[in-house]
Amino acid sequence: MECVLRVESLSKSFDGVPALLNVSFELKAGEILGVVGPNGAGKTTLINCLLGLVTPSGGRILYFGLDLFRERSRVLQQVNFASNYVALPLSLTLRENLRVYAHLYQVPSPEERIKEVLELFGLWHRRDEPARKLSSGQMMRLCLAKALLNRPRVLLLDEPTAGLDPEVAHRTRELLKDLRRSSGLSVLITSHNLHEIEEISDRLLIIQAGQVRAFGRVSELLARFGVEDLEDLYFRLIS
Amino acid sequence: MSARRIWAIFLRQLYLYRRSLTRLLDVFYWPTVDLLLWGFITLYLERVGQKMPHYVSFFLGGLILWNILLRAQQGLSVSFLEDVWARNLVNLFVSPLTIREYLLGLLLVSVFKVSLALFLMSFLAASIFGFRILLLGLWLIPMVLNLCALGWSIGLITMAAILRFGQEAEILAWALAFLFLPVSAVFYPVSVLPPWLESIAHLVPSSYVFESMRAILLEGEIRSSLLLEATGLNLLYLLGSYLLFEKVHQEALRRGTIPKIGE
Repeated sequence: MECVLRVESLSKSFDGVPALLNVSFELKAGEILGVVGPNGAGKTTLINCLLGLVTPSGGRILYFGLDLFRERSRVLQQVNFASNYVALPLSLTLRENLRVYAHLYQVPSPEERIKEVLELFGLWHRRDEPARKLSSGQMMRLCLAKALLNRPRVLLLDEPTAGLDPEVAHRTRELLKDLRRSSGLSVLITSHNLHEIEEISDRLLIIQAGQVRAFGRVSELLARFGVEDLEDLYFRLIS
Repeated sequence: MSARRIWAIFLRQLYLYRRSLTRLLDVFYWPTVDLLLWGFITLYLERVGQKMPHYVSFFLGGLILWNILLRAQQGLSVSFLEDVWARNLVNLFVSPLTIREYLLGLLLVSVFKVSLALFLMSFLAASIFGFRILLLGLWLIPMVLNLCALGWSIGLITMAAILRFGQEAEILAWALAFLFLPVSAVFYPVSVLPPWLESIAHLVPSSYVFESMRAILLEGEIRSSLLLEATGLNLLYLLGSYLLFEKVHQEALRRGTIPKIGE
């Protein structure tokens, strides 16, 4: 399988304090990679580096063989992101918000695509309402709609289901699996919900104190460490 | 460089203003209040001080041109703050948008705001006080461009401060331009300033613009050398403020502070 994201010896320190230390992994086409670790493990710093929001202290990030920091616009054209902690402007309607991002990502036939993604997340009937009228779960769905607007090859999700009710969270996971199957979408997802990560991920990256503690297929890792499920594996590695 | 991405930044602000009465009021209300207040004060001064028959053109010309600088600056820095307040910076900066495209989009917003303010104030000044800004003739064009350029430089410095120090620095978006007001000699000639302030005024491009405006309105004299000096200084300041913003942006990427702005 084609490698769409390769991270080589990625390091980042803030004022001399290391946040990431020699992190290396890869994401293949059509793969879902779950990233777990305790608070302060470096998950958010990792995602911020992968999005070009933080300049690494060392190492390389290659998307589709292109260096993120040398070919930023070209790379980010094919990547997108959603997080429970990042909103969209509340004063704009759902359609206006997506129209702005459709232009930013140079989406062809933007109005058709906006309709598609809003329908996908059950928000089409609210298209002309300001985003401030959405609940937190609906806002997350709007952010996910924005994240799929440009038909990304790589999707980075930072705790995307944190604010969603169980049913919508389940539908979101199913949707990601469908998209992976139908369009070869590759997803890197962080979550504190270990059951969710176990259910959805093909491979797993466990990090602690900025270092990779384990990386591999979920079944292989369970077998290697002789544990029953991800929760056992997590506590064995992290404690 | 993508024109479509630049348009997206303009469109985002346009949608915002279209839906917000308070923001629209900010565009129309203050220029109107300023103009009416100063217009009637100067009418009164003209009546009691017969020796100075040019108060109206003097003050209203200065006021309209000063608003151009102010609106140009706020077109950049307040629009940037809108993205900070909406916690939208991360979404913008992880898109393919480049910093130059973002700044050009905000410049477009700034030009739009300046055009609205200029049109509104010129219309009110002509219809209520009989003052026509077009008396400045074609020289109005380099004057407006120079004032916009200084407004953009101040706007870029404000944005750099917000990027570096976070929302604590947002007061600069409203306050910093006013630091230039006394030394811009908007309502009086540079020569009335004390010597130490006069030497500072010579470093401020807007002081040359207002001096040349007075020369045209009061003496009918065109002093193009003043506008040339203003243009030279503005080019220097625009380059300097852009480089400062670029450096602060790189530093923000290194320090990882962009996702935290607005929290």
